[in-house]
Amino acid sequence: MTQAATVETRPARRASRITPVSVFLWALRIAILAIILYGSYLSISSGRLSAAQWRDLFVFGISTGSMYALIALGYTMVYGVLRFINFAHGEVFMVGAMMAFYVANALAVTPLWTSSPAVSLLIVLVAAMFTSTAIAVIIERIAYRPLRGAPRLIPLITSIGASFTIQYLVRGLVGPATKSFPRMEPLRGTFEFGGFVILKTQLVVIVAALVMMGGLYLFVEKTRTGKSMRAVAEDPETAALMGINVDRTIVNVFAIGGAMAGVAGALWGLVFPSINFFSGFLPGIKAFTSAVLGGIGNIVGAMLGGVSLGIFESVGPSLVLAGYEIPAFSQLKDVVAYAALVLVLIFRPTGILGERLAQERT
Amino acid sequence: MTTNGAPPPVLSLKGVNTHYGAAHILKDVDIDIHAGEMVCLLGGNASGKTTTLKTMLGYLRPSSGTVYMDGENVNGWSTAQRVGHGLTMVPENRRLFKRMTVKENLEIGAYLRQSDDLDADYERVFEMFPRVKERLTQKAGTLSGGEQQMVAMGRALMAQPKVLLMDEPSMGLAPVLVAQNFEIIEQINKAGVTVFVVEQNANMALSIADRGYVLQTGKIVLDDTSQALLANPQMRAAYLGDV
Ligand SMILES: Nc1ncnc2c1ncn2[C@@H]1O[C@H](COP(=O)(O)OP(=O)(O)O)[C@@H](O)[C@H]1O
Ligand SMILES: [Mg+2]
Repeated sequence: MTQAATVETRPARRASRITPVSVFLWALRIAILAIILYGSYLSISSGRLSAAQWRDLFVFGISTGSMYALIALGYTMVYGVLRFINFAHGEVFMVGAMMAFYVANALAVTPLWTSSPAVSLLIVLVAAMFTSTAIAVIIERIAYRPLRGAPRLIPLITSIGASFTIQYLVRGLVGPATKSFPRMEPLRGTFEFGGFVILKTQLVVIVAALVMMGGLYLFVEKTRTGKSMRAVAEDPETAALMGINVDRTIVNVFAIGGAMAGVAGALWGLVFPSINFFSGFLPGIKAFTSAVLGGIGNIVGAMLGGVSLGIFESVGPSLVLAGYEIPAFSQLKDVVAYAALVLVLIFRPTGILGERLAQERT
Repeated sequence: MTTNGAPPPVLSLKGVNTHYGAAHILKDVDIDIHAGEMVCLLGGNASGKTTTLKTMLGYLRPSSGTVYMDGENVNGWSTAQRVGHGLTMVPENRRLFKRMTVKENLEIGAYLRQSDDLDADYERVFEMFPRVKERLTQKAGTLSGGEQQMVAMGRALMAQPKVLLMDEPSMGLAPVLVAQNFEIIEQINKAGVTVFVVEQNANMALSIADRGYVLQTGKIVLDDTSQALLANPQMRAAYLGDV
């Protein structure tokens, strides 16, 4: 009856053996590394780009990447509590961007737009944030909550359905034409500090994203609601037994993920001014890639993954591909993103910081 | 519920049936727990002990029958409401939030407390478990089994329980830690907390409990004082290791 002393039993580590597959994977790793290094050597030594051009690519990568990071937070946090990928999250972002467009367009004809650009921008951001939050919460309520307890493949498939539904709903409501975000005069041109030159729009994007991510991090670490989210992510049953309302916590997670995507949507309009009903797809996939790259389920990982992917994508083609004299190398930036996803899944499925995509809760 | 002057049980199940899908787990279970008592529920593996606790807490809903707290039908209450009214569980295998710090685990215990002033509660936990204080900023997953048990008890105490539900506190602990743990449980009970302890380790549980119920494949088959159960030949054969 009495049990013997317990010690946590760990699965014995599998003896590492050299198999043909591992030899192949190592050869592949070395080959990829060699291609990247040699390509970089070729393009740097060719002197095709000046130092300033490299810097611009880098900064552009950071600003795009910080938007990926904001969107990636929604993927990773939802995965954290529900262990499924919400493929409709790209559409949550798109709806925020669409709302940002309409609000910006309405504001652009008022004196406010030129007299107080900061206030205008804030209104646009808040409107986008609320819209995306609302959409995220509605999707959770009608598409995912009824499926709680179903095998995780089912909400995953549902999320793809939700994604198309939102795309075509938006297309039906606002038409298929691409809309163009009104310009904000004070954000034209560059900003200089200490010899460092950066486009003003990119500076706004980076600062806003940093503020949002810092705020989110503190919220999740320090507040009662944040702690309840972490508890539910780690062990939903025990969290429920401690009196945490798991359903409400899940709604909070969707709401926060939505808010981050909404902010990203508004910022997106500053950098890439054209938007249509399909504009959520690519950033959504990139952000999903970022979340996997950083380690799905890990919040800091999503932030790091987003910024890293932005940089790879921006610098990678000029650095690696241009060296091999590939004609349209800059057209290949999306390839870099997908290649990054595939390579992460092959070589480091846990991402930079996180857990295995297929790992069960322990 | 019984009236005639005596206060109603703090917690009781009346004719409770609980299903997992089509599987009928609890069958017409009746349990009464009175204020200040220490009651145990004994039963082998998979007899439905954890299911009983989850039904008490409203994590599982009975398909028929009623859960009462202080004589009030609480079938419509959420788990959060029940925890808020003083029903607190220490789960099987402790189930700490291992990626969170010890401090955060204690905070989760106090999740539903209205008051912001938890200093006295922390002091009470630290007094009972000085080791917990030393480990506050450590991730709970890095603690030893014995320390984790202390944090699990501390987490439950932070909720200021009126009724403490303990799911197999002896599971997975070395015998010396089991004995220590049961002393702590007795101490908590003496301080006025009603305790309902679920165990496979019948000897240990009956040595401290006032009364016991015996659960067999979801049915209560025996229900008596601890002395009577210890003396019961049927009981001795099935659960107390006599041959
Ligand atoms: N989540 C679940 N889904 C289906 N059946 C379950 C689940 N949890 C427990 N059971 C079944 O209910 C029965 C009682 O389980 P439980 O209450 O955990 O037993 P005990 O705590 O006494 O070991 C077992 O047969 C078990 O297989
Ligand atoms: Mg059990």
